[in-house]
Amino acid sequence: MSADVMTRPRSRAAVPAGARRRRSKRKDPGRVLRLYIPLGLYLVFTLVPFYWMLVFALRPAGSTDPVPWPITFEHFETVWNDIGYAVFFKNSVIVGVWSLLFTTVIAVMGGYALARYRFRGRGLFMVVLLCTQFIPGAMMLIPLFSIFKSLGLINSLGSLVLADTVFNLPLSIILMSGFISAVPFTVEEAAMVDGCTRLRGFLAIVLPQLRPGLIAVGSFAFIHTWNNFLFALMFVSKQDSFTIPVGLSYTIGEYSADFGALAAGGVVAALPVVCVFAVVQRYLVHGISAGAVKG
Amino acid sequence: MRRRAVPYLLISPTVALIAAFLVYPIGSVAYYSLQHQNLTRPWANGFAGLDNFRRMLFEDELFWQSLGFTAKWVIVEVGLQLLLGLALALIVNESFIGRGLARSLVFSPWAVSGVLTTGIWILLYTPSTGVLRFLGQPEAAVLGNPDTVFPAVVVTELWRGVPFFAILLLAGLQGIPGELYEAAAVDGAGRTRRFFHVTLPHLRDAIVLATLLRGVWEFNNVDLLYTLTGGGPAQATTTLPLYVAQRAVDSKDFGYGSALTMAGFVILLFCSILYLRLNRFGEDRDR
Repeated sequence: MSADVMTRPRSRAAVPAGARRRRSKRKDPGRVLRLYIPLGLYLVFTLVPFYWMLVFALRPAGSTDPVPWPITFEHFETVWNDIGYAVFFKNSVIVGVWSLLFTTVIAVMGGYALARYRFRGRGLFMVVLLCTQFIPGAMMLIPLFSIFKSLGLINSLGSLVLADTVFNLPLSIILMSGFISAVPFTVEEAAMVDGCTRLRGFLAIVLPQLRPGLIAVGSFAFIHTWNNFLFALMFVSKQDSFTIPVGLSYTIGEYSADFGALAAGGVVAALPVVCVFAVVQRYLVHGISAGAVKG
Repeated sequence: MRRRAVPYLLISPTVALIAAFLVYPIGSVAYYSLQHQNLTRPWANGFAGLDNFRRMLFEDELFWQSLGFTAKWVIVEVGLQLLLGLALALIVNESFIGRGLARSLVFSPWAVSGVLTTGIWILLYTPSTGVLRFLGQPEAAVLGNPDTVFPAVVVTELWRGVPFFAILLLAGLQGIPGELYEAAAVDGAGRTRRFFHVTLPHLRDAIVLATLLRGVWEFNNVDLLYTLTGGGPAQATTTLPLYVAQRAVDSKDFGYGSALTMAGFVILLFCSILYLRLNRFGEDRDR
């Protein structure tokens, strides 16, 4: 149980405890001005665009009411059946899940090496990982295209899984090594003293405690892959291999008169990732503070 | 001996993937930048020497124009994201009822792609459908007008960019020990002094890293601008990577596109290293 507490986001402990908690007990009018008003304004800025999309997606074509009533699902039927979002959605899920699996497994391996071993070339490996963050994905399109062409992967979802995995990996490894470092080595050592192999020790002792880390890294990879537009646009040109962002970009172009279809497509694109994100957001913040931004 | 091989085995898939899909491609871009390689003019293909670079530096106005816009875009976008993101991070780091929900809501645009952001904001910006008419928007299209297109794309990217900035800074804020604030409060430091003498110095590395990551990201941002404006009107919002895509994809000029890519890569790397040096990132400092 104590280990579980350790791996949970420590947001509460990080709040400057004494001073502020005491302050908030007596009524502090400054707090409204400092906290709630700016937060409220920012919430409006964040939510109005989402709301506007929902309005267009749910109200009948031709209506101009700012409240979608009566609610209609005709636009969803159009995008799902006629425009082909059913296929795009399936493709996006396939690419997202495979890339999530590859990224997570390889990141656990790499993160474990970084967190637990001091090996020659470790520093260089870290530098290379960091340097990859400066490689512009958009500018790698030309060479990546010719590589995938020679591998025969153009127009196949495999090219997207590979490319997205590669671009997800560096940050995922850095995050993952932070999570693994946070699990004390002594428990693993104890297991090995009891006769476990290192691998069994890892699988039985460390992996269960890594759950928040796996969630953070996996969801990060999934969200990135789900949203990746450029690779999908470049490497896939057959409509039955389109992913959601590509389908959406065509909806923007071809149906820009049909704002209902555009908005409904947007809702289909947003729903999975925004739901995933709402659930895992705290693990992500924790993972970044553990792995990437050690101040 | 076997034991010492374990870490290398563990990192081998990563190394292989990075070598095959990141390092090798950079090498081939460097190679192509020295070649004439144009699919529409195959008879002229072959070794070019520095011809592509000469053309880029001395004959191509659009290169300089796109570079200028990239600089303006990165500086404005990252500057505003730093201010708003820091404010947002400080707010959601306070404890109040409903904080978890508030975080999920204000951070959620980060999970949304550039294309989707475009889709949503086109609904907002189109005169006949937008919400801007409630604010007295003139009938003209925001995105088609050279005077309004820049603020319009900046605001759109802020909507999606500020949350990620705030997440990175929130992570940094959570690394600051609470005792420091108590000690400062005991010493009589007010809120403002605590911010400038405790929070900011401790956030320094997080801020440097976040601005750098966002800077690189905004430099390379293609999906939003590509789908929102397509680089227009009249190339007014074309960044360097967008220009590369136009050259390489639309006019099939791989050699010249590769030269532009190398220029972008070198500029980005140079600016990043300079930025880290200037900020003495990661070095021990007196706190």
